[in-house]
Amino acid sequence: MSAIQTIPVNLYILLSAVLFSIGVLGVLFRRNAIIIFMSVELMLNAVNLLLVAFSSYWNDAAGQIFVFFVMVVAAAEVAVGLAILVMIYRNTGSTDIDVLNKLKG
Amino acid sequence: MTIYLFYFLSFLAILSGLMVILEKNPIHSVLYLVITFFAIAGHYLLLNAQFLFAVQIMVYAGAIMVLFLFVIMLLNLNKEAEPHKNNAMKFAAVIAAGLLLLVFVAALKGTSELPAPQESVGDIGLVKNLGKVLFKQFLLPFETASLLFLAAMVGAVMLGKRDTK
Repeated sequence: MSAIQTIPVNLYILLSAVLFSIGVLGVLFRRNAIIIFMSVELMLNAVNLLLVAFSSYWNDAAGQIFVFFVMVVAAAEVAVGLAILVMIYRNTGSTDIDVLNKLKG
Repeated sequence: MTIYLFYFLSFLAILSGLMVILEKNPIHSVLYLVITFFAIAGHYLLLNAQFLFAVQIMVYAGAIMVLFLFVIMLLNLNKEAEPHKNNAMKFAAVIAAGLLLLVFVAALKGTSELPAPQESVGDIGLVKNLGKVLFKQFLLPFETASLLFLAAMVGAVMLGKRDTK
């Protein structure tokens, strides 16, 4: 028996909203690019949790397949993003995003 | 019983999620992020998504976190003195994120009562059933994902390679 039978789905929506907001806060709050990446992962996980909750709620496996695809995209994003980060560190000597202001007019 | 487990896992996820962004040392941030991922994996188990529970542990708590730790140690970022935004920017960030949360909660309050959940028929979260759906209904996205992985792998190697000019 699934937990969705006893726990109202509103609580899952609330939990996901809080976790997503924490991720947004992390992106706005920190200057270290690695922490910003972690916050993006946190946001992706909040969405995944809600997809699984509704998949269980409607008894539909498609939601869990979508979580699977989100994980694929997250893994690819982390691999490319960390490669970019290593390159930035090699060129500027830090992972501070405020150093990267060359596009500012 | 289930509800107490739900509250415990939610509390753990939110607390360690907050610690990820408040912790000054990036290594500690990664370790708190692992706790968050484990708490979310516990939620998957409560929701009868056993396959995703295993994948979450392996992919997130395993592969992605090792990648993060590896890069942090490679770049030697484990020093306490790291740049921080000034207080005005921090205040603005907290206000912005708080307003976003307020919008989410207000939208949730505005919804009408949801119907009762469907009666669960069998275990849709097991790999047997998920595999059927994945390889029948979602075959094209699955193959496209493999292309995406190949492109990401080649891109990461290209970016990480040192210029030999």
